[in-house]
Amino acid sequence: MNDFWSWDHAAAVFPDLIKGLGITVLATVVGMIIAAVLGLVVAIVRRSRVRTVTMPVGFLVEFIRSTPLLVQLVFANLMFTQFPSLAVGCVVLGIHYATYMSEVYRAGIDAVPGGQWEAAVALDLPRSRTWRAVILPQAIRNTLPGLGNYAISMFKETPFLAFIYVVEMYAAAQAYGGANFRYIEAITLAGLLFLLVSYPTSLLVRRMENRLA
Amino acid sequence: MSDNVQKLVDLLPQLGEGILVTLQLTIAGAVLALIIAFILGLGSRARTRWARVPSRVVVEFFRGTSLVVQIFWLYYVLPLPPFYVELDPLACGIIALGLNYGAYAAEVVRGSINSVPTGQWEAATALDLGGVHRLRRVILPQAWPLMMPMFTNLLIQLVKGSALAAYITLHDINFFIGELRKGTTDTVFAYTVGLLLYFVFAYALTLLMNALEARAKHKVGQGPSLREVLRLTPARTAGTEVRS
Repeated sequence: MNDFWSWDHAAAVFPDLIKGLGITVLATVVGMIIAAVLGLVVAIVRRSRVRTVTMPVGFLVEFIRSTPLLVQLVFANLMFTQFPSLAVGCVVLGIHYATYMSEVYRAGIDAVPGGQWEAAVALDLPRSRTWRAVILPQAIRNTLPGLGNYAISMFKETPFLAFIYVVEMYAAAQAYGGANFRYIEAITLAGLLFLLVSYPTSLLVRRMENRLA
Repeated sequence: MSDNVQKLVDLLPQLGEGILVTLQLTIAGAVLALIIAFILGLGSRARTRWARVPSRVVVEFFRGTSLVVQIFWLYYVLPLPPFYVELDPLACGIIALGLNYGAYAAEVVRGSINSVPTGQWEAATALDLGGVHRLRRVILPQAWPLMMPMFTNLLIQLVKGSALAAYITLHDINFFIGELRKGTTDTVFAYTVGLLLYFVFAYALTLLMNALEARAKHKVGQGPSLREVLRLTPARTAGTEVRS
């Protein structure tokens, strides 16, 4: 039994994991802010009627969406060595998820009834005001569950940051395992901590979904 | 630049190997995920608690923990005491991908079956179809087209997740990018080639899945058949008939 699970090792690795969890949450929050803002910009730009703008943006979004986040992270980290890995990681996470978020915003904007656009035209509102005061407040309400779901999924993808030497929760577990030749407690606890944070959050998002629906 | 291309040509055999490994991970992972998805998805709709509760727990567990943690748990922890299960790295990758995306897909299966109208269930019961028969002949053919678009998304996610395999000593496309970078010492070139490879790979899979989706929809009487979609000359519809 002692071979199987040692509480001493579990207790020893725990502070490292909590410190790593802080970095994990930080990366998720910063990444999600970038994704939420950039995703909205992309969604609005893609609605433009100028094909010379929408075509390259559309291709870029498809390209980023269908290539692995891991490869993008390593690539960006090799390119921008002058910046700290954590900053590069947050930005890459943000850009990657912005391509997902832009689809969520697109669906939200499409779901605003056409009458709202017509009413804005009838009231002679300028285009910027139509977006700001009429369309977006209604569209963003629809996108909140999507935002929550992607935040959870980004949270679970932050361990990829370990491959660009950011010591988040998984990297902390890995480092402890390597130093003490005890992987069981470290990696298992890291996994359970992910579950402990992401499961209640997903319940919360589901409740929000039901409320807004 | 031409040096880079020369190097790429020299490394072509390794590229072939890399594509093969990624393809193996994708196909075997997807098949495993599909099987797991149906077992867990149907299990979480079961009426007995003995099937429902374990299915829900397994789904939430694999959805809630990270793929990175799962793959490395299989790779590092499983060979240690008390498990002593030493898996081949390829098997490790396939099992982790299958379990993780299988859990996501189980939710898709559950949701799609739930959105088949209740009248269909009642009609099948009225016709005295047995449980298996009802599912196979009435419910699944209607739920399947609903599942396809979401399966396509998950498949692309799975391909992207398979890039992790390079870190458990597998020589997949991601590993090849590293080799190309070492060979050419040109980071931008190596990663542009690598990302394009993944893009083409994912795009081909999307096209394939779209074709399967069209077929599934046609089978329940929605949309044109796959043969009509793929035909070079546009299909004659009622509208064009009138004009000519």
